[in-house]
Amino acid sequence: MRSYLLRRLWQAVLVLFGVSVVVFLILHLTGDPAALLLPPDATADDIARFRKAMGFDDPVAVQYLRFLKGALRGDFGESLRHGEPAMTLVLERLPATFQLAGAGLLLALCLAIPAGILSAVKRNSPVDYVSTVVALTGQAMPTFWLGIMLILVFSVRLNWLPSSGRGGLEHLILPAVTLGLFTTARITRLTRSGMLEVLGQDYIRTARAKGVSEQPVVWKHALKNASIPIITIVGIELGTLLGGSVITETIFAWPGVGRLSVQAIFNRDYPVVQAAVFLLASTFVFLNFIVDVAYTWLDPRIRFH
Amino acid sequence: MAPPNGVSSVVLPLPSAPEERQWVMTLKRLARRRTALFGLAVVAVVILSAVGAPLVTVFDPIEQDINQRLKEPGWRNAAGQAHLLGTDHLGRDILARIIYGSRVALVVGLSAVLISGVLGMVIGLVSGYFGGKVDDFFMRLADVQLAFPFILLAIAVIGVLGPSLRNIIVVIGVSSWVVYARVVRGEVLSIREREFVQAAIALGSRDGRVVLHHVLPNAFTPWLVVATLDMARVIVIESALSFLGLGVQPPTPTWGGMLADGRVYLSTAWWLATFPGLAILVTVLGINLLGDGLRDTLDPRLKI
Repeated sequence: MRSYLLRRLWQAVLVLFGVSVVVFLILHLTGDPAALLLPPDATADDIARFRKAMGFDDPVAVQYLRFLKGALRGDFGESLRHGEPAMTLVLERLPATFQLAGAGLLLALCLAIPAGILSAVKRNSPVDYVSTVVALTGQAMPTFWLGIMLILVFSVRLNWLPSSGRGGLEHLILPAVTLGLFTTARITRLTRSGMLEVLGQDYIRTARAKGVSEQPVVWKHALKNASIPIITIVGIELGTLLGGSVITETIFAWPGVGRLSVQAIFNRDYPVVQAAVFLLASTFVFLNFIVDVAYTWLDPRIRFH
Repeated sequence: MAPPNGVSSVVLPLPSAPEERQWVMTLKRLARRRTALFGLAVVAVVILSAVGAPLVTVFDPIEQDINQRLKEPGWRNAAGQAHLLGTDHLGRDILARIIYGSRVALVVGLSAVLISGVLGMVIGLVSGYFGGKVDDFFMRLADVQLAFPFILLAIAVIGVLGPSLRNIIVVIGVSSWVVYARVVRGEVLSIREREFVQAAIALGSRDGRVVLHHVLPNAFTPWLVVATLDMARVIVIESALSFLGLGVQPPTPTWGGMLADGRVYLSTAWWLATFPGLAILVTVLGINLLGDGLRDTLDPRLKI
């Protein structure tokens, strides 16, 4: 088991290395980071001086190593717009993004797992039918449209909930629903199909034949085995949620990393963009490592691979 | 039977007639699923109206008329023509813009899926067939790709390169290969061990021949299912980019761009933001249902 975890850890480090290369390359896509970082009205002279000062004349490998050295210490340079270290700005916004993504995930799990189980147990019943239609629609609904429609109904028309900003629980509801719906739909369908598969297996029949009543069969025997694919998808969905926060935060003016990075992209504030992308990607890698650890605990077979 | 002419005679050519019948059977089985049929119908309607847009609507999607701005759905102009879904803030017919907007969605969807599909197919074949270090490398690369919130990476790169149809297609295409590669790789791993492939290898077929003639045809079915479902994802991403102002630029109508315009008029003219979103929803739902149907008919074991 230790060797398995060590291997996963090593893979995570490799992935983070790859992430750092991509984040570094964002700035070098056009071939001239100096022109990208300076305002459009900068003279050729300004650009040349800036390029020299920033070391953009050095070989790319040298520049990358310098970038990596900074990145390891959380130093992505100063924000061109706010004059603060880029990482500080991003870290300030991180709790808001975690709150939103966490609320979205919690909502998804609370709705999707019961709905998926109910669907599977009462297969082809009206309950199953409704939950499947809702899940299919939820998977097809674009986040930004859902957000706008929720604002139209609950903020503009009914005036029940605020349409923007971060504050009390009432501020969290609409963004969390917007962000969480797609994940809810995905997990519902996965739970349903996972449960159907498990419920058809021999050991479930054995348990029923022994006289175990229906409730423990479903909740204890079946759910435990059906939960492994659910845990996998939760790891992947964390990426969806972090990515979805970019759009959701923009719509609801939620002061998180997603909105910060969209603003930074439009302001051509690339140090902030790099810091934000790097931090969100690392978070995803870290959380998925945790998911892998959770696996070994849930499914002992993995430990011996 | 043809006289033996060395190794290659063992490789029987695929008979074409049964294969054809197989496709007909697949279509028939697909047609028996009502949801898949609904999906197919939606996709057909979207494609036909995108291609024949000028025949479907009499209105111009770009020409502005300030005198008839923000008219409600069903409003008739002086000539008696009905604007079924109303007009936008510049007096343009919303239905016409939705129909023309589908062109951008479909072009981006098809091209990006083609790029990522071919890229992923090649990587999956190479990775699965050769295994070892090559496989390790590509699978770590896949992990790196998946570590990024897709939309954030896309807007960062397009922000740097500048928004244009070509850039959007390339960025989405190049960064969406992982799901294809994984599915094809998995398929290759199981096909490689099958007897007919082992036989071909034992008889001295070169790697390229084994991959192209034996592995590729078998990996194609799951690939097709993934491509169909991925098309829906790409259309949502294209509209998200347009929504943020990083898609195809105005005045070309895009669903995401229309939504962004409509958001400003949310409290006075609900129809501006509502209908383009419905168009995305129905299109994506249709493609998803068709993809689910294809998967269930062609390869029920496939988990995607």
